Amino acid sequence: MNFEEFSQSRARRTLTAGGRMLRALGLDGPLTGLLALIVCMGVIVVYSASGQNVKMVEHHLANIAIAIATMLALARLATPQYLRLLAPVAYAIGVVLLIVVAITGHIGKGAQRWLDVGFMRFQPSEIMKLAVPMICAWYMHERPLPPTFRDLVIMGLLIAVPTTMIVMQPDLGTALLIAASGLIVMLLAGMSVIIILASIPILGGAAWAGWHVIHEYQRQRILTFLNPQNDPLGAGYHIIQSQIAIGSGGVFGKGYMNGSQAQLEFLPERSTDFIFAVIGEEFGLLGQLLLITLYGVVIARALYLAMQGQDTFARLTGGSIALSFFVYAFVNSGMVSGILPVVGVPLPLISYGGTSMVTLLAGFGILMSLHSHRRLIGS
Amino acid sequence: MVSRVRIKDHWAEQRIFTFRSIVAGVLVAVLLLTVAGRLFYLQVLRYQYYAELSQGNRVRTDPIPPSRGLILDRHGAVLAENRPSYQIELVRELVGDIPALDAALSQLGAIGLLRAAEIPNIRRTVLLHKVYENVPIKLQLNDDEMALFAVHRWQFSGIDIRARLARYYPLKEIAVHAIGYVSAINEEDLKQIDSAEYAGTSLIGKVGVEGAYEHQLHGKPGFKEILVNAAGRPVAKQGIYAPQLSSRPPVAGTDLILGLDIRVQKIAEEALAGKRGSIVALDPRNGDIIALASTPGFDPNDFVRGLTVEHYNEFQNDIDKPLLNRALRGAYPPGSTVKPLYALAAQVYGIMSPQQTEFCPGFFTLRGSSNKYRDDQKHGSLDMREAIAKSCDVYFYRVAERMGIGRMDEFMKAFGYGALTGIDIPGEKAGLYASPEWKRHNFKRVAEQVWFPGETISMGIGQGPITVTPLQQAHFAAELAERGQINAIPRLVTASRAAGSDVIAPRDPSFMPPVNLGTLDQWSVIYDGMLGATTTGTAFMAGRGAKYKIAGKTGTAQVFTIKQTENTRAKITDERKRDHAWFIAYAPAEEPRIAISVLVENGGFGAAAAAPIARKVLDAYLLPDTDL
Repeated sequence: MNFEEFSQSRARRTLTAGGRMLRALGLDGPLTGLLALIVCMGVIVVYSASGQNVKMVEHHLANIAIAIATMLALARLATPQYLRLLAPVAYAIGVVLLIVVAITGHIGKGAQRWLDVGFMRFQPSEIMKLAVPMICAWYMHERPLPPTFRDLVIMGLLIAVPTTMIVMQPDLGTALLIAASGLIVMLLAGMSVIIILASIPILGGAAWAGWHVIHEYQRQRILTFLNPQNDPLGAGYHIIQSQIAIGSGGVFGKGYMNGSQAQLEFLPERSTDFIFAVIGEEFGLLGQLLLITLYGVVIARALYLAMQGQDTFARLTGGSIALSFFVYAFVNSGMVSGILPVVGVPLPLISYGGTSMVTLLAGFGILMSLHSHRRLIGS
Repeated sequence: MVSRVRIKDHWAEQRIFTFRSIVAGVLVAVLLLTVAGRLFYLQVLRYQYYAELSQGNRVRTDPIPPSRGLILDRHGAVLAENRPSYQIELVRELVGDIPALDAALSQLGAIGLLRAAEIPNIRRTVLLHKVYENVPIKLQLNDDEMALFAVHRWQFSGIDIRARLARYYPLKEIAVHAIGYVSAINEEDLKQIDSAEYAGTSLIGKVGVEGAYEHQLHGKPGFKEILVNAAGRPVAKQGIYAPQLSSRPPVAGTDLILGLDIRVQKIAEEALAGKRGSIVALDPRNGDIIALASTPGFDPNDFVRGLTVEHYNEFQNDIDKPLLNRALRGAYPPGSTVKPLYALAAQVYGIMSPQQTEFCPGFFTLRGSSNKYRDDQKHGSLDMREAIAKSCDVYFYRVAERMGIGRMDEFMKAFGYGALTGIDIPGEKAGLYASPEWKRHNFKRVAEQVWFPGETISMGIGQGPITVTPLQQAHFAAELAERGQINAIPRLVTASRAAGSDVIAPRDPSFMPPVNLGTLDQWSVIYDGMLGATTTGTAFMAGRGAKYKIAGKTGTAQVFTIKQTENTRAKITDERKRDHAWFIAYAPAEEPRIAISVLVENGGFGAAAAAPIARKVLDAYLLPDTDL
């Protein structure tokens, strides 16, 4: 063996060793690596944002462990066939649980969202974040694309049932995100451009109707978003303080654990919904651009994996997971930086809090499972 | 109609998805760039603006109260100082929630450190403060209370003893009516003061020198910037978030030096002990007040500590009125102490010559009236000098009758009767010198406006509608001493010393225009008469054995009118209906260095009750080395 052969075989061997392991787990290398980077960044920021609270960091790590386990299980064990069978089951269970919380749900933050199952509490609406796009993809799987008007109406109903229940909880933010994940499926399935354009006035009417249905505090949030200075000590406080945090961070930030807005408690909900402002204050524009770039690459890779899907279910589910992830990231960063109204959406994979982390990584587990369990065609 | 059967075209479907995904990807990129643009706007274009907001968010300016100026007597003895006092302070967040606070307060009550009646007020005050602030709940602990708390210390969290600088009057009630006191700033005070100047200060001068010179004594507060969190709580790890925290030290208040001689003051108060009365002694050459006493007094330290409701009511209901500053605000008829000035007036207006003798039969009747104005004895024949020395009423009834109220009013007002002396502490009363004109202005009904000849006669011996304060009397004594040529405005503060300086800056005395009435010869008659009073006249007992000459005049002011036929004033049994005793004097008579007035409420005869007290004070001041 000459030197060239030796080095090539070594390179091939290391490559195949890593690749073999990832394939064995049903994971996609680049996507896993990017997700790991974002989650690690989250741990570092949560430590600072929590005021160096080790207990919170430990809890955060435990949540990550549960989320990774869920992702690995889905990526390895759930084949596309199982997932397709699972979709209507998960959807049905989700709807039943939403009815249960509506009746017996515990009061949490003035809203009925939580279900207590003894050892933990969780929100049935989280299931719907995955079940809604899956049921839409499941519905379109057996039908030819693009969807007919009838298909769109049926998918619209599948989306509307859980969404309406979640709005009533009331959890406007989550309801909008779930509706968006279903809508994404419809758009990716090839929904007619004419219908898209025609729906704009319809949505306008729905928005007008919705304004009269939503709760006063939700209306207030929207009004405050439009002019935060109106109520600087009340609802506008969040937005004003988060913009001060971000703006005062400058290009390079004030330094890790040195953000006065965050450390001196001016910034509310700084380890959960407003953690993006902590990144901006302590790591500056560069830190935030790094995170946005990571998000962008994750979304691109996820879309790429979805495009490689071999059937309608795989493609539509994967595409919806990828783009829903974008919606979460965009809504949170937009809200914290003051270009979107304040809706209770955590920063994906960064914010402290277990449910969102588990749902997101479970979604990526499904995405990677669909990709890694492709059958080889034509060979 | 033929139903359309659609067949899945996998390649077409994949193309649709791929195309839509790419469109979505472009949209994602655009929206993420929008967020990036927003961040660029906030962090680069508006950086300065938000950086300042962030700085303002976390820096709070805390005031540092200045140390109050000292008050010293003419020899440097400390009359008012600041000393550490121990107080119980409470930090609510360390105590716990509201039930825990209530429990802690009632526990303090149970061990006897708080009284049940004051707990609701303290609770309210505590709740008005921020949870992390130190709230004083009991001021100026004494040794017993300190020990009591120490024993029970373990039962409390968030409640502890702290030392603070508090005003302290080491001589307690001595000179309290001159010095005044400080006490808690109230709503009235807040309207007067610049609250920024008083941030961090809880006490303010109320009366006396403390009140009048509040501005100089207070000083200027300093400040220090401290780092706070969103709840306003000071943050321990300073310097990390805000390296440049500035501060300015406070400027202590100016020390004030009074003309008081505290040794003389003490002797004056001792002499008045157990009596209601007042002594004012001043230097006739410049108006510097040597002693200013009003009894009974009170301990000003009680006011610093804060009076309890019961204690305050006790003061209010006390028949002896300890809070009343008799020296400035007690207006009494002057009695016979007016006679020397009337004698001068009689000469100036040419009514009586000094040598002219009058016969005193022991009573006086007004022409056309059968009313008898009694004298206390038959003086027989006497001239002006003797009339002053022996305080013959009949002589001065005749002076008044012949002079008439118009000229009396003109003359006495020239010397300041019925006018404020202008002393440098507030609250002074002007007294009264009535006239027909005054009656017309002050009474509505015509019947009441009539001026009776008898009133003129009464005013001839300092009775009737004529009142003076002890301060005015001392001022008149000073005018007599200087023959009207020096008319100094009485003052307590004679010099000041800036904070941190050793240089004592004297303040120039102020004067009213001299009273140019009477020739040297005419004045010498007054001088002889007043000298006679303390050697052969009414006050000879008080003047006996003096190592210097005293020119004085006794006075006995009627409080209660009895029938003119009775001549038993001294026998009145009800103590509060007895006459007020006056004595005014200056000494040494040839070259006066002190002018004095003594008033003893219901003391009876001035010669017996007031003159001996004046003698003690004069001795103390003029013979400082003598062992008294």
